[in-house]
Amino acid sequence: MTRTPRLHIPHPPARPGDTPDFSYVDISPAGAVPRPDVTTRLRDIERSLAFEMVRVLDEEHAAVGPWDPHLDHHDLQVGLRYMLLTRLFDERMHRMQRQGKISFYMKSLGEEAVSVAAAQALEPGDMLFPSYRNQGLHFARGRNPVDLMCQLLSNTRDMCKGRQMPVMYHWVRGNIFSISGNLTTQYPQAVGWAMASAIKGEEDIAAAWIGEGSSAEADFHHAMTFASVYMAPVVLNIVNNQWAISTFQGFAGGERRPFAARGPGYGIPGVRVDGNDFLAVYAVTRWAAERARQGAGPTLIEHVTYRADAHSTSDDPSRYRPRDEWKAWPLGDPLERLKAYMIREHAWSEAQHEALAAELGAQLDESWEEACGFGTMTDGPTLDRNELFEDVFKDVLPHLIRQRDQFRDLED
Amino acid sequence: MARMTMIQALNSAMDIMLDRDPDVVILGEDVGYFGGVFRATEGLQRKYGEHRVIDAPIAEGGIIGAAIGMGVNGLRPISEIQFADYIYPGFDQIVSELAKLRYRTGGEFFAPVTIRTPCGGGIRGGQTHSQSPEGVFTHVCGLKIIMPSNPYDAKGLLISAIEDDDPVLFFEPKRIYNGPFDGDPDKPAMPWSQHPKGEVPEGYYSLPIGLAEVVREGEDLTVLCYGTMVHVCEAAAKLAEVEAEIVDIRTMIPLDVDTIRQSVEKTGRCVIVHEATRFSGFGAELSATVQEECFYSLEAPIERVTGWDTPYPHAFEWDYFPGQKRVAAAMVKVMEAG
Repeated sequence: MTRTPRLHIPHPPARPGDTPDFSYVDISPAGAVPRPDVTTRLRDIERSLAFEMVRVLDEEHAAVGPWDPHLDHHDLQVGLRYMLLTRLFDERMHRMQRQGKISFYMKSLGEEAVSVAAAQALEPGDMLFPSYRNQGLHFARGRNPVDLMCQLLSNTRDMCKGRQMPVMYHWVRGNIFSISGNLTTQYPQAVGWAMASAIKGEEDIAAAWIGEGSSAEADFHHAMTFASVYMAPVVLNIVNNQWAISTFQGFAGGERRPFAARGPGYGIPGVRVDGNDFLAVYAVTRWAAERARQGAGPTLIEHVTYRADAHSTSDDPSRYRPRDEWKAWPLGDPLERLKAYMIREHAWSEAQHEALAAELGAQLDESWEEACGFGTMTDGPTLDRNELFEDVFKDVLPHLIRQRDQFRDLED
Repeated sequence: MARMTMIQALNSAMDIMLDRDPDVVILGEDVGYFGGVFRATEGLQRKYGEHRVIDAPIAEGGIIGAAIGMGVNGLRPISEIQFADYIYPGFDQIVSELAKLRYRTGGEFFAPVTIRTPCGGGIRGGQTHSQSPEGVFTHVCGLKIIMPSNPYDAKGLLISAIEDDDPVLFFEPKRIYNGPFDGDPDKPAMPWSQHPKGEVPEGYYSLPIGLAEVVREGEDLTVLCYGTMVHVCEAAAKLAEVEAEIVDIRTMIPLDVDTIRQSVEKTGRCVIVHEATRFSGFGAELSATVQEECFYSLEAPIERVTGWDTPYPHAFEWDYFPGQKRVAAAMVKVMEAG
């Protein structure tokens, strides 16, 4: 019998109306993956780290195994606070978009641990290169929600001066880089930042986040190659939330190998971690950061998680995946899992949780009111329109001065 | 005839070509099962199968590069780049490869790729969902470049683009996907069903690439424009109370110099309008062409109205967008000059 090549088209296991099926997600038992010393030779560790899944929290919400970071109660409470703040902020801003108060929004529901735990595991001087679903990084670094709201409103306190779409934040003082709408561009930039740190002999490292879908961009390859060649002190994260708008992770090559397994091909350790396990994300990030700081080079981390809501407020996922898919997601809800662990450890209680939710809710209400005071889409104060011509270059060049004059003449 | 939006007209063009020519395939992000983020390919994968309407990884360089390979191997690919702002990772494949393949192989290899991509602003998309990069590509030798302003032209020109053996960049002004937009964001949206160019034959037809269209005749001045700006210029002419002759360029390469010349020789005055930034924009090419072809007919300096030379802003969208007021001011200026 002759055989001919046949084009393979990846298919997600379930479409609208089907029963969700996550049997394709290989899940290791909590505590099963060994934690190598940060200086261990790559070839001795790469298989288990890249193909299995680092998990700390077990089914009974206990922390088990060598990756348990043994966080004290205070650190746990800080983590839970910022995850909850992220979730409540998302809920409110999504509602504001639906009410026409902001033009666009993107939630990070179900992925809060990926950002919050990582930011907690890194040092304040480390430079973060986020994607558009990493708002938790800002909160975990202590950002005032008012600042983010002002960006969403494009008002007079918007750090982007009204020039970027909502959610494209940055924070110079907090060492969080600008978000581009173009995907994965920040990956090689993070590697370059880390290279500069090494050139200058400084201890700060860089970390970057992309989705699994945009790991298909060529910039992923550029980043991995440079990171490997120069042993750059960088932590490269792939947030595998299963969905890139309507295409599932198979369209980025996830059917063949875990995304973490791309690391070893470049000579970079790849670690596959339960992205909904706060303790595991913290521990793996800490391990990768330690490697980077000790001169052992870059690490690729795949966070296995699930995009629980739409890609953005412009998207309707009920057209391409089962409505209740998140409920069937085998790695659960990161916030609920951390909370259950803390209650078990007597580091938290339902009463404390309710009080915190009320406190954060009230804070966000006040923040929104304050942010609106700096201008909304309908009410002033408004940005100075002449700002339109600023910052294209350091100085306003002659041709832009001419255009600004024309613009002013039209305004008169 | 049927009433169609521009999205429906584009969908119909691709449907017809997938049906007529088994070599036609579509490749792009979210184009298959989902039907595209703007719904342009809705239903096509269901009808023609996953091997002809293919979901792609998020890799524009890969989408263009693979389309070139498919084209060389006898297929007739239509690549969708989800937003023109995201075309740049495919830039090298377009500029160095797709545009020059025929030339560098002495005419022996070619790739009949059509790249469809939504462009332009007016949708609160900020700098990464609003750009009009046609001028970046008109400077490249070897690409045909189209930007339709209505559903009828969109369908006829897309069919021609797919049938063309040369690579074609097909820019779709997304602000007018669902209705003509005259530049006034406060006015209720008008649907294509109320516009004569929303009447579109359901079956096959094609429009020649390389012909401009005089969409409104006038004696006072000539307006050269394309895409969304055609509708803005029609409204601006009313505002300025001038008898403007509005020329919809439709295809930038090849450029219909005859229609431009005839119009400017008749009116003696010319305003050039595009949404893209000004410096080295396609308007500069149009201005040079008018100067070269019609110098002795000109009674006033040529005026250009364009986006400002800044990235596309989010909050200042309507200050940036070359709206009716700015276009009308330029019309008045060329009427008062000379």
